[in-house]
Amino acid sequence: MRWIWIDRIVEIEKGERCVTIKNVSAAEEVVHDHFPATDDRPAMPIMPNTLIIEGMAQTAGIMVGHAGDFKEKVLLAKITKATFHAVAKPGYTIRHIATMENFGKSGASTKGVTELIDPDTGESKPLAEISIMFSHIDHNMAGLEFPEHNFVFTGMFIDLLKRSGVDVE
Amino acid sequence: MTQEEVFEKVQEVLEDALGVDDDEVTPEATLVGDLGAESIDFLDIVFRLEKAFDVKIEQSELFPDGVLNDANYVQDGKVTDAGMAELKSRMPHANLDEFDDSRKVEDFSNVFTVDAVCKFIENKLAAA
Repeated sequence: MRWIWIDRIVEIEKGERCVTIKNVSAAEEVVHDHFPATDDRPAMPIMPNTLIIEGMAQTAGIMVGHAGDFKEKVLLAKITKATFHAVAKPGYTIRHIATMENFGKSGASTKGVTELIDPDTGESKPLAEISIMFSHIDHNMAGLEFPEHNFVFTGMFIDLLKRSGVDVE
Repeated sequence: MTQEEVFEKVQEVLEDALGVDDDEVTPEATLVGDLGAESIDFLDIVFRLEKAFDVKIEQSELFPDGVLNDANYVQDGKVTDAGMAELKSRMPHANLDEFDDSRKVEDFSNVFTVDAVCKFIENKLAAA
């Protein structure tokens, strides 16, 4: 399994905004096991909220990385807010819309709205609000040192950017 | 803006950034010891202060970096005279008297009090 919880970047505006989508599939093991049937009720397959947060973190993280030309190692440092209004079932599409609140040498703060697109009508409704802070870890206050190579934006993310039509060196 | 108004806004910033209650955010409360701030929270606090007071803040202005890991300023886990002078010049907003008595690096986080943040903002607004 590849640790990537977005399928495609549909929009990216440097330093401002990034929009991605993720299709929820019944074939995904995490959905299959979350939640299995019990004696009292049938299976209730939904996308785990934790992984929806991860999808937003990847969306916003790409936006932050892109803003710094992918030179910084961008790590999730703090989930400032995560409020959910609905559940994401197989067949639905999740759309993450991340916007930049602040961007500085030490890191960035982002605000995000996640929507759920109904496969029958194509209409979207609010799924979650997820705000995240990222650290540019080579400038961390604790003075910790990290490996020189950029282990955050690996081939997996570069491939995603390229197949989404985003120019990366 | 009055001192009280500054305090109220700082209080709100710290409540939001650190998830604490308003009665915990007293002037003498320390950000790390009393309010549980971690290093990334300092960046969050700086971003929120910028927004709340419409000022531009470098993180190192409020929370100086590079002093406590400089061998010229720290010896055997204690801040030297030169280090104290450097901290005093870079942190006019903080009360360093108590820290000056111990000078132990591990005690340094105690100088970051709510009052120090308020004073920093007052100085910043006065200079604007």
